[in-house]
Amino acid sequence: MTTVEGATYDVTQVREDFPILSRRLAGDLPLVYLDSANTSQKPEAVIDALEQHYQLHNANVARAMHQLGAEASEAFEDARTRIAEFIGAPLREEVVFTKNASEALNLVARVLGDAAPESSYGVAAGDEIVITEMEHHSNIVPWQLLAERSGAVLRWFGVTDEGRLDLSNLDSLITERTKVVSLAWVSNMLGTINPLDGVIKRAHEVGALVVVDGSQAVPQLPVDVAALGADFVAFTGHKMVGPTGIGVLWGRYDLLAELPPFLGGGEMIETVTMERSTYARPPARFEAGTPPIAQAVGLAAAADYLAALGMDKVAAHEQEITAYALGALQEIDGLTVVGPKEAVDRGGAISFTLDGVHPHDVAQLLDSRGVAVRAGHHCAKPAHLRFGVQSTTRASFYLYTTTDEIDALVEALHYTKNYFG
Amino acid sequence: MNVDAQNMDSLYQEIILDHYKNPHGAGLRDPFEAEVHHVNPTCGDEITLRVHLDDGAVADVSYDAQGCSISQASASVLNDLLVGKGIDDALDVLDQFQTLMQGKGQVEPDEDVLEDGIAFAGVAQFPARVKCALLSWMAFKDAVLQADPQEGTS
Repeated sequence: MTTVEGATYDVTQVREDFPILSRRLAGDLPLVYLDSANTSQKPEAVIDALEQHYQLHNANVARAMHQLGAEASEAFEDARTRIAEFIGAPLREEVVFTKNASEALNLVARVLGDAAPESSYGVAAGDEIVITEMEHHSNIVPWQLLAERSGAVLRWFGVTDEGRLDLSNLDSLITERTKVVSLAWVSNMLGTINPLDGVIKRAHEVGALVVVDGSQAVPQLPVDVAALGADFVAFTGHKMVGPTGIGVLWGRYDLLAELPPFLGGGEMIETVTMERSTYARPPARFEAGTPPIAQAVGLAAAADYLAALGMDKVAAHEQEITAYALGALQEIDGLTVVGPKEAVDRGGAISFTLDGVHPHDVAQLLDSRGVAVRAGHHCAKPAHLRFGVQSTTRASFYLYTTTDEIDALVEALHYTKNYFG
Repeated sequence: MNVDAQNMDSLYQEIILDHYKNPHGAGLRDPFEAEVHHVNPTCGDEITLRVHLDDGAVADVSYDAQGCSISQASASVLNDLLVGKGIDDALDVLDQFQTLMQGKGQVEPDEDVLEDGIAFAGVAQFPARVKCALLSWMAFKDAVLQADPQEGTS
């Protein structure tokens, strides 16, 4: 989405769908919520879906031989179908529910290790795993753990001064030794939207799998996993106006069918004896135990909400608000944006430093003006280290963010500068 | 808890901002018996802290810290308060400072003991910032125990 043209929607009207956005904070200040990359707010439709489920249809799924059980099972499996449609998955069985994106990424890393040596996809000693320097810790640590367990070697793409993925060594980094490449679609810290096509093409040339961390992408970009061509895409519900406690791993069915289970427990089995067990087909194979049922129902309502708004329009709004914010923020003396400075191939998370004021103090002062942002390393310590900073302040936007809120942020930043000046 | 603009001044007392801008005793020095490195994993604040103990007293506390105004000022106040004190007295001060910080704003600080440290009373009302204020103090405690293991048993 280099440029996204076209009409958007009425943001004022959209805001009315989100009860929390009308909250007043201490000092009777209106809430200016600029922390959506951390977690998004929830529309009434999602809150209602959760409440309705618990009030009318609550039961365990796939094990209860009663009417409520049938209703709950139907709602849960219907949610799977709706999520599959939302991301363009060819088969609903390719949607595995997890508790969050971290679990989805850990799942892949774990089973790829366990798949060796039987499967050609298995990661073993001497193989290579490729990630990038701009990953969230949840797409670094699981691969470090896999490397430690298997004896595989972990390698990574660097980041340019501008905050883009440095793909100049694409062909020497992804080689015949590479078994898996895992990278973010949109960086949670730099905001960069990565050009996945070239990476996927190269990885597939050498027979490596591609895992995409879509945590920041699925909420704000139109996604069609079939067209994308990756092998796995992980994302989380709570960043896309859905509930916490649910994430998704989408994976190519033939691949999921070949991989061993992740956690053991109820519902992931075919049959169990005291000596050994056989395992269910995907997705059940990867969903041990009682799943997040109400959360799946809520996530389906979230996907419906986003689809009704139109993901192309959500993306266009994100682009517009990010361009406005980048312009306004960079007019502040002493403020430095860490990441791409123009709204080109860029998502709506802007991390920055303010000369002489530590990010914690910035966030505290902004909070006293009703402006909620995140301060710290945003679970991306290596990306911070790359830019020689220990922490940053991050403002992140979503489909309900207004230019007035950006103005409030800028005003509060001037106040912060004066306070510490 | 009210976090509006008026209350910012109770968090960011003038004394705290002064210590932040001109930290006392900053930098790492020799000699030292123990050096520790502590981090606040949620925000990434870091401190490397050395203690030099001599004849039952805290002869020096030197440090290199990266962090917010609260954590930096707190390390500066620690240096002011503890250098020159007997080890036991220093640990008593630490105890009082910790009690104040974890008192949710309900603890009345003793100015005779905590001196500039009483400026942190307001921090106790901001749960997210208590760890910032305690970072250097916990590092100090750890360093003293490493330098003089018997302190842990007294």
